[in-house]
Amino acid sequence: MTNSIEVKDLTLNFGSVSVLKNMNLNVAEGEFVVLLGPSGCGKSTLLNCLAGLLEITDGQIFIKGKNVTWAEPSERGIGMVFQSYALYPQMTVRGNLSFGLKNAGVARDEIERRVARAAEILQIGPLLDRKPAALSGGQRQRVAIGRALVRDVDVFLFDEPLSNLDAKLRSELRVEIKRLHAQLKNTMVYVTHDQIEALTLADRIAVMRGGIIQQLAAPQEIYNRPANLFVAGFIGSPSMNFLPGATVEGGHVFRRGDLSLSLAGYEGGTIGTRDKVILGLRPEHLVVQDHAEPGVTLPAVVELDEPMGADSLVWLQAAGAQVSVRVPVERRMAPGTQVHLKVDMSKASLFDAGSETRI
Amino acid sequence: MVDATAIYTRSDAVPRGTKPKRALSGRNIMIYGTLLVFSLYYLLPLWVMVMTSLKGMPEIRMGNIFAPPVEITFEPWVKAWSQACTGLNCDGLSRGFWNSVTILIPSVILSIVVASVNGYALTFWKFKGSDVFFTILIFGAFIPYQVMLYPIVILLREMGLYGSLWGLVLVHTVFGMPILTLLFRNYFSTIPEELFKAARVDGAGFWAIYAKILMPMSLPIFVVAIILQVTGIWNDFLFGVVYTKPDLYPMTVQLNNIVNSVQGVKEYNVNMAATLLTGLVPLFIYFVSGKLFVRGIAAGAVKG
Repeated sequence: MTNSIEVKDLTLNFGSVSVLKNMNLNVAEGEFVVLLGPSGCGKSTLLNCLAGLLEITDGQIFIKGKNVTWAEPSERGIGMVFQSYALYPQMTVRGNLSFGLKNAGVARDEIERRVARAAEILQIGPLLDRKPAALSGGQRQRVAIGRALVRDVDVFLFDEPLSNLDAKLRSELRVEIKRLHAQLKNTMVYVTHDQIEALTLADRIAVMRGGIIQQLAAPQEIYNRPANLFVAGFIGSPSMNFLPGATVEGGHVFRRGDLSLSLAGYEGGTIGTRDKVILGLRPEHLVVQDHAEPGVTLPAVVELDEPMGADSLVWLQAAGAQVSVRVPVERRMAPGTQVHLKVDMSKASLFDAGSETRI
Repeated sequence: MVDATAIYTRSDAVPRGTKPKRALSGRNIMIYGTLLVFSLYYLLPLWVMVMTSLKGMPEIRMGNIFAPPVEITFEPWVKAWSQACTGLNCDGLSRGFWNSVTILIPSVILSIVVASVNGYALTFWKFKGSDVFFTILIFGAFIPYQVMLYPIVILLREMGLYGSLWGLVLVHTVFGMPILTLLFRNYFSTIPEELFKAARVDGAGFWAIYAKILMPMSLPIFVVAIILQVTGIWNDFLFGVVYTKPDLYPMTVQLNNIVNSVQGVKEYNVNMAATLLTGLVPLFIYFVSGKLFVRGIAAGAVKG
């Protein structure tokens, strides 16, 4: 598969502040890549660089094999959708959709054809003669997507497109964007801080922090095998349980105080004996049971449970740390109950406490 | 269950809600009294002017300046407009009026076009040092005109514009720049940047974004700028008298020359009519655009 977007050694400084550091990113044709990270991690900045809205300090950007590092936004073959919709308020929906095409000198009947097609795909036909002020948030965002659609480009850039919508609309439009991608097969780069959006939409997720991509992988890979402590903590809600400890006996046993857990099933690199490691366990990879199994379970005391509809989240005190476990909702547990948590070591993550990277 | 009478008696016993206000409270007397005094303060001179301008000279000599005219005459207005003498010209204020109009129109258009593009560039197309540039520009608003009068005379002379209409237009444009740029920049900075980005992705360049996206969104601030410039330039006296020659004197300068002429009888009625005529343009502008003006000023002033 050829690369649709290639970013080579991209660096961006604002004055003395380095926002993006020596970044490399390849996006395959038709791929849906989500840039995910907390505020200020540089994800929107990277997107703006791809769009040509920010001048980069160093590096190169290729779109469809063409070096567009210094090209104008309109010459890059991209369409962009913004968080605040950014519709032109004085123009009708039709005017908004056709503005870019008029600027590009597209023939009138071709403009009409493309607007009609976009309106059909996004089901905004009846709204074409309205002004943006007369539209709801969801409709506005649909028009904003339409504006990218009519440009007939290969690359779509989304800058937190759903953040201004309420929860219900957000999940509706999320599905719609996914359907759109399946239908159009465009390359899409999508910025969000919402991990649900990232996990549901992406072919690959790039988790970013401090202007650096921490991990770039498929959603399941990111979820199951986070590359470092930051990714592990950022992805997943409720977040992963972390147990600091040490590996002993040549790396076959995890020890934390009196607690010993066998690392036999762990899937990863060679562990070896280490003084300081952090064991990461996702809430759904722990099973509550009544009896102890040496080397596989840890004793815990129930603190409280939170029924969440589909399942229930139980908070426990285990080995001197607070641990959360996902259990079926029927299983109510009274505070103070003594239980044992069975660890599925094949799904656990082990991090070196110093470098914070996965072992 | 609570029945209606119970509610009635209860609310009767314990008064609730805000206390009704009396119309003739001390507070109201103070407020309306003050307002009345101030309106009298402004209206009385206007009354005197209008009345005097409608009287003949014999009636004025009797001295009752507050009294309405016994015999209404429009002679002074006609004379002020078309016959009053300033220097060698005896064609009244009309010449000054048309001079003012020919100065006003290019000055207003030029200054607003330049300042709005300035504000636009300083908001959306920031360049290295644009903030310093802006600060220096704003600083210009605080330099007293008197300091610059003579240097500008030399400058205009060297440019071959001294004494011409275009020289004065240039001066008005330059002096309007700091405050107008500030006005436009503040207004444009309330427009979301994503709109500007979307337009760039849509292939609109510097001028297309300005003309097709920003201008249609910014009518109120353009109205404010037009009002500020029209009244400011119309009322200008200093630049008009310094940078033009008698043939091109604006209305204000001519008014001064009519009112302050030392020869012959002081024709108070003509003077009053001339003054009112000169004031009509700004008055008209304020009446027509009062609401828009307030809205635009508020919009431009909130964010700094």
